[in-house]
Amino acid sequence: MASYLLIESRDPFDSNDVQFTTELATGLAQAGNTVTVLLVQNGVLPARAGAKADGLVALLNAGVTVLADDFSLVERGIAPARLRPGVTPAPIDVVLDHMAAGHKTLWH
Amino acid sequence: MSQKTLTFALMDPPYESANLTTAFRLLTAAAERGYNLNVFAYEGASALAFARQAAHPNPVHGKNLAEENHPTTREQVAALLACAEKNGGKVDWVNCGMCVDERGVNEFVPGTRRGSPADLHAFTEASDNILVIPTK
Repeated sequence: MASYLLIESRDPFDSNDVQFTTELATGLAQAGNTVTVLLVQNGVLPARAGAKADGLVALLNAGVTVLADDFSLVERGIAPARLRPGVTPAPIDVVLDHMAAGHKTLWH
Repeated sequence: MSQKTLTFALMDPPYESANLTTAFRLLTAAAERGYNLNVFAYEGASALAFARQAAHPNPVHGKNLAEENHPTTREQVAALLACAEKNGGKVDWVNCGMCVDERGVNEFVPGTRRGSPADLHAFTEASDNILVIPTK
């Protein structure tokens, strides 16, 4: 099985096609692949603890590792303590770690 | 660990999208690691390295040139090249030829060059990994 990093840059409250990332990530995870989703830019907005985020919950329930870009969080005034449980802040270097390891990396 | 070579394809034009802020953060972090970087700048991104970009004052806000401190992407590209060189890596930055001709941005920051989609294919063949950052 393969390892995937999916980078989600869009806000699901603004872009309905974020659903495609959710479906792809959960499908890959259910097929036995190792899947990480990194939220960047406005993609971090559903990571707030109080946000309605059905897609994010589906990712976590499917065993997908969900990270949130620390710079994007700071830009938007979202403190780590205000994140939904299961979402972990991460530096942008995590993308390089995955790429250097040969993981399939996709941007949306 | 052997030196890595990563390829990035950029599509967004300067000064319009957060994608480029993230892209330059990624490129800079990779350059700081001493990675070799290939960048294929196409469509609007072919203007990132346009050498005649000029900073400007902001009279509406009452700021002169120095106070406005307007960043240009050509300066960011030049800084990336310098960062990579300092850390032992190389950057092969290709500006899509048809894209720059369409936009009249055919004067580049030194150290970048004109190319074609064939360069992207060659980059892909020679890289450890590739990330395409498309426009929205």
